[in-house]
Amino acid sequence: MSDEVAIHASGLTRTFGAFTAVDHISFDVGAGEVFGFLGANGAGKTTAIRMLTGLLAPSAGEATVAGHDVYRETEAIKRDIGYMSQRFSLYDDLTVRENIRLYGGIYDLTDATIRERTQRILSRLGLQHVENTLVHAIPLGWKQKLALSVALLHEPRIVFLDEPTSGVDPITRRQFWELIYEASHGGTTVLVTTHYMDEAEYCDRVSIMVAGRIAAIGTPAELERTHGVESIDELFVQLARNDPNARGAAGGGGAAA
Amino acid sequence: MTTGPAAGAPVVQAQGLVKRFETTTALDGMTFEIGAGELFGFIGPDGGGKTTLFRILVTLLVPDAGSARVLGCDVVRDLWALRPRLGYMPGRFSLYPDLSVEENLGFFASVFGTTIAREYDRIAPIYSQLEPFKARRAGALSGGMKQKLALCCALVHRPEILFLDEPTTGVDALSRREFWELLGRLRSTGLTIVVSTPYMDEARRCDRVALVQRGRLMAIDTPEAIAAAFDRPLLALRVGERYRAIRALRDYENTNTVYPFGDVLHFTDRRTDASPETIARDAEAYLRGAGIEAVTAKPIPATIEDAFMARMGADDDAPGERGAA
Repeated sequence: MSDEVAIHASGLTRTFGAFTAVDHISFDVGAGEVFGFLGANGAGKTTAIRMLTGLLAPSAGEATVAGHDVYRETEAIKRDIGYMSQRFSLYDDLTVRENIRLYGGIYDLTDATIRERTQRILSRLGLQHVENTLVHAIPLGWKQKLALSVALLHEPRIVFLDEPTSGVDPITRRQFWELIYEASHGGTTVLVTTHYMDEAEYCDRVSIMVAGRIAAIGTPAELERTHGVESIDELFVQLARNDPNARGAAGGGGAAA
Repeated sequence: MTTGPAAGAPVVQAQGLVKRFETTTALDGMTFEIGAGELFGFIGPDGGGKTTLFRILVTLLVPDAGSARVLGCDVVRDLWALRPRLGYMPGRFSLYPDLSVEENLGFFASVFGTTIAREYDRIAPIYSQLEPFKARRAGALSGGMKQKLALCCALVHRPEILFLDEPTTGVDALSRREFWELLGRLRSTGLTIVVSTPYMDEARRCDRVALVQRGRLMAIDTPEAIAAAFDRPLLALRVGERYRAIRALRDYENTNTVYPFGDVLHFTDRRTDASPETIARDAEAYLRGAGIEAVTAKPIPATIEDAFMARMGADDDAPGERGAA
């Protein structure tokens, strides 16, 4: 991890009508850091991520992602980031190889590069035997590891992972985290959301959003010490109990899962 | 596979249930019993067959082989007698997003020939939390509140047994905790509750659990007994740099498994005759020799998740890189 800043947010805000989904959040994520972006359903995580990935214009505040401004340079942001979510990342009716080929094409990689990286992914994940199998026919755990590799295909500086391990078996979940560590050691910044609180402990630093604000930020060990709790799970529950929005209904833009 | 005794007289009895979809075998012979008044959990990852099993038990799907009785009724032959006596909350949110909280609940009550008012005492512990939002569209509720509404709708006709398919999937840690507290309260009224979840830490909330993996039940017992059946010394390794430590341990001749686990690594040794103290001392020495700092190793009791992974690892045709991977 270097001192270089991969994500910088300052007073970042988004309102939907009278509802403030993200309320003046400020934080930095260093290059190569694994940053856990936690929060209750409806706390504003998804809205914040949509702003940071250039999909939604902020109402106020500023942010840069990989050095690009989130208001003016959204296309440059999209080139420099990768994204995967639990819900959608790969095309079910394309084969494993076709999915890799498609994303390689979207990101303008040369045929030679796509060929070389396809081989690398297939052998790293042990998926050579299913390279020509439709994605819908492979187990969820393989799919999720493949989706991460595809999100990293164009060697983005930052990758956003939205509940990437949801519903995955416990061994695959841990293999997935090793892929995250590998990417981080290669210098890629990782911003990840999860409902598995043990995974929060795998992050270099975490933030916990409550009612649109960042209620806590730091290394897991630091947060446990300063808040006098045994685990991030305990701290999360303590902080989330104070969230009036998450307890009731998600507001306008608060994405209810 | 161990089968612990059911708490009361069995209210669910399944014998050799098999279900195939085209080339996929979703259920590969499941046999189990659930006792009256039990809070029984099916624990396992997506794709293991939990949803298929639930759909058979609630009469929505017919098995290809085997049989099941719920409340003494055969799930295929006696479906009309059984339907009104069971409550089912599907995994996918299946309420009407454009109806309000109150309208959804009123609708489900009317389908079973009753009203919210008449059933109020049954649903009050949960519905009281929703009442401040009763005029809100169900689609505009947060994930946790949607789950509570769905639970109310499954309970409003006073079922004798409740099937909840992954009620806490995708829900945040606080809402999950609150949901399990509700289930604990319902259980204390004598209701039999059958629940599925991919979250291993929720197993300890159940009286008994079945570990589900690729259409089979790997174990059925109390959570304590399943964890206690873990048959090797387990160490928690606290290290300065987890990733480097994991890489180093992959090359350690005595490593059986090493997994990140919260803020520590869980480690088992290849040697079956070494004491936990020896294993701890050797692992510490090895890691220090590999340049890993701040190493402490201590024997700990296994969790359900350790037990689950051990059984997965022991299963010959488990997918992907396994064991030490």
